[in-house]
Amino acid sequence: MKSTFYILAILALGLLSLGLYQGLVAAPTELTMGNVQRIFYYHVPSAWTAFLLFFVNFLASIMYLVRRNPRTDALAVTTAEVGVVFCTVVLVTGPLWAKPVWGIWWTWDARLTSTLVLWLIYVSYLILRRYASGGQTPVLAAALAIFGFVDVPIVYLSIRFFRTQHPQPVIGGGENSGLDPAMWKALLINWAAFLLFGFLLCWIRYRLERLRQTFEETRALESLLESDVRSAR
Amino acid sequence: MKYLYAAYAATWLIHLGYLVIVSRGFSKLRDEVRQRGFNR
Amino acid sequence: MSLGQVTSATLKKDLRLEWRSKDAINTMIFFALLVVVIFSFAFDPTAEESRRIAGGLIWVGFLFAAVVALNQTWARELRNQALDAFRVSPAPANALFIAKAAGNFIFVMVLEAVMAPLFIVFYNLRSVGPSYQLAIVAVLATWALVVNGTFFAAMSIRTRSREVMLPLILFPVSIPALLAMVQATTGILTGDFSPQFWVALLAVYDVVFTTVCLLLFETVLHAE
Repeated sequence: MKSTFYILAILALGLLSLGLYQGLVAAPTELTMGNVQRIFYYHVPSAWTAFLLFFVNFLASIMYLVRRNPRTDALAVTTAEVGVVFCTVVLVTGPLWAKPVWGIWWTWDARLTSTLVLWLIYVSYLILRRYASGGQTPVLAAALAIFGFVDVPIVYLSIRFFRTQHPQPVIGGGENSGLDPAMWKALLINWAAFLLFGFLLCWIRYRLERLRQTFEETRALESLLESDVRSAR
Repeated sequence: MKYLYAAYAATWLIHLGYLVIVSRGFSKLRDEVRQRGFNR
Repeated sequence: MSLGQVTSATLKKDLRLEWRSKDAINTMIFFALLVVVIFSFAFDPTAEESRRIAGGLIWVGFLFAAVVALNQTWARELRNQALDAFRVSPAPANALFIAKAAGNFIFVMVLEAVMAPLFIVFYNLRSVGPSYQLAIVAVLATWALVVNGTFFAAMSIRTRSREVMLPLILFPVSIPALLAMVQATTGILTGDFSPQFWVALLAVYDVVFTTVCLLLFETVLHAE
């Protein structure tokens, strides 16, 4: 297992460096926005990765409620956390892109606002996990995750319509702005790189969670045994 | 454009920050396990 | 016992208890009143502005007041271990949920009925659109808040700092519903745009989340 991890890590490093080169140098400069547009090559793949992670969290949460396997719960918390990390990247790179292009940090535009709501939902999930008491945490969290993910299409729909009724400047170009094939190449390479990197982050975090779970189980077993021994005396 | 570099730098700072949080999690767990080991 | 029998029995009990003490309803009304007054100091709107922002002010006020009601939804059951008794009984879990949600719905609708004239007075409101449409929005919006609120209240009682946990997990998921209720109300009050889409969205939200709540409540009730 360990060697697989290191091989993948080196691969990730390679892909990320390639992606960096593609994004900063190889891809053509955009006509209207100039070099700032290159933020796109980090902003968009992060958004797609975050979304994929939240989808996995949704599946894991349902699976957990059905089978109650602690491994599935570990996967749930892992994907939620790493998803929030990528989501944070989207929310930070967005305004950094908006400021030089539009002169304002935030415009409540449809995509960025929806991402903010997504972030809020999953942060609330993480907070629930932290504050729930012991045994019920996985079940409660799984329920909230299902609510959260079911909400996602409704969030996007509502904010999209809101923005067509009350338009504002759109960060990152309109819906149908065409992409030069060289730009697609840079975008996809970066996405592959971030997917692999995200996968490795999940690997590490999952391992931590499984170790914690095993430790908790052992502690519980020990106290059970102690009380048995005591009552036997 | 400095916004471009700021965005790329911010991305990696965030990822690095998360790796720090996770590694702290590992050390805390290690400490807890060691402590348990002594209480026998 | 059937679903209907358990539901109506629980609902009647809750309504009777509330009618006797009027705990929740009094605190809710006073809280909503405070919110109205504080907002008017914060914004000090002219008559024209009032109509445009009233939708937002009203629903934020009702949202905060509703949280008061939602927080104490399960408190009574917890205090008397009634929740454990219910869990062991053969009664369907959803009956309990529907009864609690319906009770909260009634409380919040009463609150809205009491507060509406006050809003009209304080903000000099006169609706451009027909008022029966506002009533439809109120019903759909209140159910949207109450159905998820009752469910999340059941979840938050298993957490530390449970009163804070409820709004924390409820608000993010409710954002599209809040947007819809505010936009629908504003659309009707100002007549500037059609509330149609927003009313439809509220209806969809209600159907989707009522289903999810009914599917998951039993699981959450037995989570131990």
